[in-house]
Amino acid sequence: MKVLVPVKRVVDYNVKVKAKSDETGVDLANAKMSLNPFCEIAIEEAVRLKEAGKAEEVIAVSIGSDASQEQLRTSLALGADKAILVKSEFDVEPLGVAKILKEVVNKENPDLIILGKQAIDDDSNQTGQMLASLLGVAQGTFASEVNVADGSVEVTREIDGGLQTVNLNLPAIITTDLRLNEPRYASLPNIMKAKKKPLEIITTDDLGIDASPRLTTLKVSNPPEREAGVKVESVDELVDKLKNEAKVIS
Amino acid sequence: MSILVIAEHDNQELKSSTLNVVSAAEILGSEIDVLVAGADCMAVAESVACIPSVSRVLVADNEAYQNYLAENIGLLIANLGSNYSHILAAATSNGKNCLPRAAALLDVAQISDISAIVDEDTFERPIYAGNCIATVKSSDTIKVITVRTTSFDSSANQGGTASIESVSEISDLGVSSFIKEEVAESDRPELTSADIVISGGRGMQNGENFSLLEGIADKLGAAIGASRAAVDSGFVPNDMQVGQTGKIVAPNLYIAVGISGAIQHLAGMKDSKVIVAINKDEEAPIFQIADYGLVADLFEALPELESKL
Repeated sequence: MKVLVPVKRVVDYNVKVKAKSDETGVDLANAKMSLNPFCEIAIEEAVRLKEAGKAEEVIAVSIGSDASQEQLRTSLALGADKAILVKSEFDVEPLGVAKILKEVVNKENPDLIILGKQAIDDDSNQTGQMLASLLGVAQGTFASEVNVADGSVEVTREIDGGLQTVNLNLPAIITTDLRLNEPRYASLPNIMKAKKKPLEIITTDDLGIDASPRLTTLKVSNPPEREAGVKVESVDELVDKLKNEAKVIS
Repeated sequence: MSILVIAEHDNQELKSSTLNVVSAAEILGSEIDVLVAGADCMAVAESVACIPSVSRVLVADNEAYQNYLAENIGLLIANLGSNYSHILAAATSNGKNCLPRAAALLDVAQISDISAIVDEDTFERPIYAGNCIATVKSSDTIKVITVRTTSFDSSANQGGTASIESVSEISDLGVSSFIKEEVAESDRPELTSADIVISGGRGMQNGENFSLLEGIADKLGAAIGASRAAVDSGFVPNDMQVGQTGKIVAPNLYIAVGISGAIQHLAGMKDSKVIVAINKDEEAPIFQIADYGLVADLFEALPELESKL
């Protein structure tokens, strides 16, 4: 079985992001960039399938500028076998990403495609579903457990209020939720080895895809700040304030 | 403007999130249709017909829709959606699961999790875990949108007389099947629509200690939530998580217990009307946004609070 894992370069989750003062975008100057945390979980799941003898090859793919090679090397260090960068000089929206990935899928013919459920920059939560839809295949989104069988995969999904289990025909799409696994750290020897693994670079033009954006960002602003209130000295004072000042309990 | 709203339900009852989406649709236009897709879901269609602003209820009643499989529902929405200017669903796990499939089939972008409507093609949505708000304008002829339910009031739900029409065509992709669902049974209100929410964080130390929150929740009629740290530590299940990667809540009263206030968590609750923080670390960032802060050991404060309510 072949597993394809699309990954995204995003601002590191520890960076506190603010809007630029002219509100034209997000101020990312000198910000640390990382592999999107949900994508890291996706790579980990694919590598575990390989280690369990259920998958033979894990391919990481990313769409972005040359800088995204860094996150592809990280993916290779975590255990992916080869990587593909689809170069784009502008930010591609989820629909465009899904169209590009569809072409990559048609070329590589993976049995399973594992993506993060969302990227922590635009928080769209769309790409996996859109790719599944364009391919006409099944999807197991927000996965917390994945069991691959012959010709199908059973996915337990995190839904509002609990868990849902579905059975999907292969090929299928899986998007990862937080509790699917705990990703490993790349070891130094594996980081060194990753430098020698194949990384192919193609362009959106090579694929013949029009991935031009449909949305224009008019402005990016900081949300209204909430001000700190008061400290209370005791539980009695807290109950009194909630009853008589805020009037939120009776 | 003609708007299609996707109803959220369990084949028996309409979920309140649908009313928030209808109120967003009311801002966009006056011609509002609602799709009820399910199996044996006529009772739901009848309650949707009572929403005064709804013109037509479209009922797709078939086994293929019983468990809300995204493959079939997405196809159905795309097949019905091409005549509408806007297609709206709640940004719930169902909405997030199905709607992008429909958008891709219609070859349009999706605008996820909108928090405000500027005009018919311009919307505000939180990005970077709510650290920034983006205003985006769509150039597509059909706008496919998921709605942040806490950002919109509920529409009225009584007195309407919308017509009910059935959708005969069946969309069944036949690539997925439902096995089981484990939904926690609880007498408490649902997290996203509760008036009062009490949440525990890493400071709770383990899952058993969440029982300290239960007594208080029972007295206040509150829902119980948790921070991502508490979920990651395995104290409680993920469906209790409040935060950017969990549920977004905006109750009248939010009580954060043993929660430091990571930006991830704040993104999920900072629109609450009144915020109370109980934490023994007086430097915890949660105090910077709390209306009332109590610096105390939660293991002493919680039993006392329960006894005094």
